[in-house]
Amino acid sequence: MTLQHYLVISALLFTLGIFAVLTRRNAISILMGIELILNSCNLNFAAFSRFATPLENIDGQIISIFGIVLAAAEAAVFLAIILAIYREFGSIRPNEIDTLKG
Amino acid sequence: MEFTLKTLIFYGFSLLTVASALVVVTVRNIVHAAFSLMVTLFGVAGLYVFLQADFLAATQVIVYVGGILVLILFGVMMTSGRLEMRIHIERGQLFLGAAVAVALFLLLLTVIANTPQWENRVDDGTELEPTTENIGKLILNGPFLLPFEVVSVLLLVALIGAALISRKEVGDE
Repeated sequence: MTLQHYLVISALLFTLGIFAVLTRRNAISILMGIELILNSCNLNFAAFSRFATPLENIDGQIISIFGIVLAAAEAAVFLAIILAIYREFGSIRPNEIDTLKG
Repeated sequence: MEFTLKTLIFYGFSLLTVASALVVVTVRNIVHAAFSLMVTLFGVAGLYVFLQADFLAATQVIVYVGGILVLILFGVMMTSGRLEMRIHIERGQLFLGAAVAVALFLLLLTVIANTPQWENRVDDGTELEPTTENIGKLILNGPFLLPFEVVSVLLLVALIGAALISRKEVGDE
């Protein structure tokens, strides 16, 4: 296993997440795409931490843990906003929520 | 790299992660997508184990699979009626999105292949000591104390905000 193995897996996860965010027309599916992106990011941090020059340096892992915390906060706020939008519009399709559209 | 059981398991986890992520972004039923996301998150936790990040792997399973995924399933339950279970996808956007995604992946692949500092970094199999103790020291008695406190406040604020946003308005007007 080399560093590049992990980087390629992470790049694949990132791209799939971008694809989900771009093509899905359901707010919760978009959230799943964002979670994939955040996971790829955390995986990158952990991989770089493992292959850093002093092997005992685990700063990257700590950044990954902070990333997981941020993802949890983001998911909670995201779903709260989705619930509020659903109550207001009766739908969570992003292209039907266009009150601010000129 | 010799082909051992360890590399076989590594490739298995990689394949599991990427394949289930592919299912997450392509399947039409949102509940199926959520459960496939669970497999992806477990796969990433397995990769963390290969990176000898034991604490991180446990956190991934507890927070993602036990927390965020349940949150997502609750979101599905509360917002999607029987008609909304199927995810709407526009065909034109599908091709455009796929084109953008493939272009992005090729760009990332070029960068990964052409960065000389990242070459020849091979996992030689040296076993590190368990990371939990060092993580605790670095967070509570080291350079990460301030970020830790900031992120604690952020989490508190985000959760209170989420509860406030999602509650029903009572006695409005």
